[in-house]
Amino acid sequence: MLPVLSVTKLSKSFGGAKALHNVSFDVMPGEVHGLLGKNGSGKSTLVKILAGFHAPDEGGTLHFNGEQVQLPLKAGEGRRLGMAFVHQNLGLVPSLTVLENLRLAELTKDGKAFINWSAEKAAARQALTRFGLDIDPAERVDRLTPVQRALLAIVRAFEEIEAARAITGKPGLVLLDEPTPFLPASGVAQLFELVRSITALGSSVIFISHDIDEVMEITDRITVLRDGEQSGELAKADATHEKIVEMIVGRSISREQSRKPARGSFPVYARFEGLSDKMLQPSDLHVGKGEILGLTGLIGSGYEEVPYLAFGARSGASGTIAIEDGAPFAQSTLNPAAAIERGFALLPGDRHGESGVDSLSIVDNMFLPDIGRFFKTGFMRNGAMVREARELGTAYEVRPNDPGLKLSALSGGNAQKVLIARWMNRSPLLLLLDEPTQGVDVGTRQQIFAALREAASEGMSIICASSEAEQLAEICDRVLVFARGRICDEITGDRLTKEGISEACYVSAGPASNMTTTPRVA
Amino acid sequence: MTDIVKSATPTKPSVNYARQFERVALLLVWALTIALFSFLIPNNFLNWGNFSIMFASYAPAALLALAIIIPLTAGDYDLSVGATLTLSASTIGVLNVWQQMPIGWVLVIVLLMGLGVGLFHSLFIIYFRVPSLVVTLGSTSLMSGIVQWITNSSTIGGIDNSLIMAAVGYRLFGIPYAFYYALGAALIMWYIFDFMPLGRRLLFVGRGREVARLNGISVNKVRVGALCMSAVLASAAGILYAGVLGSADPYSGLNYLLPAFAAAFLGATTIQPGRFNPWGTIVAVYFLATGITGLSMLGIPLWVTNVFNGGALILAVTISQITRGREASDIG
Repeated sequence: MLPVLSVTKLSKSFGGAKALHNVSFDVMPGEVHGLLGKNGSGKSTLVKILAGFHAPDEGGTLHFNGEQVQLPLKAGEGRRLGMAFVHQNLGLVPSLTVLENLRLAELTKDGKAFINWSAEKAAARQALTRFGLDIDPAERVDRLTPVQRALLAIVRAFEEIEAARAITGKPGLVLLDEPTPFLPASGVAQLFELVRSITALGSSVIFISHDIDEVMEITDRITVLRDGEQSGELAKADATHEKIVEMIVGRSISREQSRKPARGSFPVYARFEGLSDKMLQPSDLHVGKGEILGLTGLIGSGYEEVPYLAFGARSGASGTIAIEDGAPFAQSTLNPAAAIERGFALLPGDRHGESGVDSLSIVDNMFLPDIGRFFKTGFMRNGAMVREARELGTAYEVRPNDPGLKLSALSGGNAQKVLIARWMNRSPLLLLLDEPTQGVDVGTRQQIFAALREAASEGMSIICASSEAEQLAEICDRVLVFARGRICDEITGDRLTKEGISEACYVSAGPASNMTTTPRVA
Repeated sequence: MTDIVKSATPTKPSVNYARQFERVALLLVWALTIALFSFLIPNNFLNWGNFSIMFASYAPAALLALAIIIPLTAGDYDLSVGATLTLSASTIGVLNVWQQMPIGWVLVIVLLMGLGVGLFHSLFIIYFRVPSLVVTLGSTSLMSGIVQWITNSSTIGGIDNSLIMAAVGYRLFGIPYAFYYALGAALIMWYIFDFMPLGRRLLFVGRGREVARLNGISVNKVRVGALCMSAVLASAAGILYAGVLGSADPYSGLNYLLPAFAAAFLGATTIQPGRFNPWGTIVAVYFLATGITGLSMLGIPLWVTNVFNGGALILAVTISQITRGREASDIG
């Protein structure tokens, strides 16, 4: 039998770095093929090559139903062959109806004189009923539940490959890129049913997920990537949880050696109790004075919420916060202004949307929270502001160090230095970071780490949420691992290594039997 | 990877001549326009009397344009300033002429009414989160209707002479006081925009609401303040309009809206390019005024006025965008 998709010796380098090296695998008709790997393992590079965003290096080939496909893939080529993608953001337009989203391609096609709405409606209804989805085609997408939205996106992708199949007569392929992290367990089951009904019709599915148990449940075969290379391929029959974790992380581990008592050498600075929102189950945690606490977990596990909750930046959360020996206060009374007043600082992960304003100058961005300080005897001391910005820029090695430039004139790493300098300059008591080195080059990363370590040694408490085990291992005194909205492991001492942290992420996301009955999204 | 290379030479900000030129470009174009009309109309155009009348009669328009740039900087549109101006002028007419109320009280009432308009906008824009474009478009029609109702759609003449004297009666360097009120407003706004932390907050709220919020700025208060200031300033423009005209005209105020917007955007290409700024706005208003005055003295029909306003706006903003290359637009 001819494979639907056959990839051989696919490589991709960025500059000198190999993001993907000699990866080969086949996907057979009717098969669900799992693709696993950590952040940075080359998974997303592979997906981007398949989607035509990246051109692979010379030498790799791609066959679709036996036909050799020219690389890089041209726009529209995937659609013609019968390949469809469902990315995590789903690609739906929330303010339009189910019908309009589902029939988007048909409705906007060139060369149509008018739209036959009753025919479109019938086609949409047929597609929905075929997969047992009870959704009104006239409903707006933003009124659907997250599960219904995910299912709708998959049905649309499947409709696309079916349309191609009507022309080519060959099976198609749907690639699901992490569709599950934000779904409750019942939703995942529904999604799997849909996947099975697709493969029952002869088409194939590539399923990408961090969740090993989900992958073991739904896939027939698994390809694992590690550091850009293929670390193995497993048939479902041979796959065990331990074996897969080993292939992902790179060395054998057993799940038993997990718990160790915390090191208590830092006096507690801030204590959070029952901290929760819709992604995070009530969790208790604390950070010591001068301690760098890392938070991590798989995507959607809730760790990334903590910095924002601790800063009062999100509404709809609950819990209490106590500072040193002070009386606990409710999280709901906290807002960014009050948090800054208390000496907290937050560096959000979304640099452009939440952290800095690209169209304004470096100096304005640097002193945003303390412009008031430069207002003396009725005037803003703009000159003093620029001078201080230049000094701060020198200290944090911002290049080019011209405070009058717009923030957008800097590289990602340098812009991040400006924004870190903004907060460090205020000497906050508690610094909250979300992915502080995302999109930051290696050299800058070291500078940022050095600044963080120095600040901590002078007594600043730091909470750093990150998905990168390597950087946590490098800077943190202690790391909390989250899974399904709860803290499930605390890593200190010898286990505080890149491997130790990654394996804890996968182990804690553990087998279904350990799963709590609470849905992940309440 | 410039940040890995440890360059020994300190980075020295180089002078960008294109940018320096951009700052004064509109001033130069204004000067050229004046020179051109002086050449075409040798005796009547270039005299102080002509210019002093122009400076005074466009003062309400200048105030209106200044009013607009406050919410624009904070990221909200206020389309209702024209209607607020008319409402304010008409209320002066009704209260002062028909109800015989002393002018001092009338002015206080009118300014408070402006504040009321601003709060009304804020209620819908910030509390109910209706887009500012929709709310202020709606309130334009609402206020225009009210104006027709209270004035019976008629022009009210005979407004207290002291208001007229304060606007156009007294002169400094031959220019009626009206002009200096607009300059005063620009001066105060310049101080707030450039020399007070409030100005920076306003700018950050407009450019990155979430960034502003996460840096402890109370975004909603800033937006309410901007909308209220804009309406109060538009009311003040209405007072000036009544003073300059000596009467309350229930219709013509609306004609000021588009030129005022044109001036606001045109002004953002000069003095401090890329930002709505008070001096740029003043320059833009009087550049447009010069063009229109010159054209009408040449006896060119009225429709050319509109063509000139619109053409100048599109051309100036386009040129400014071209000089910036692929950089994203800061305004609009």
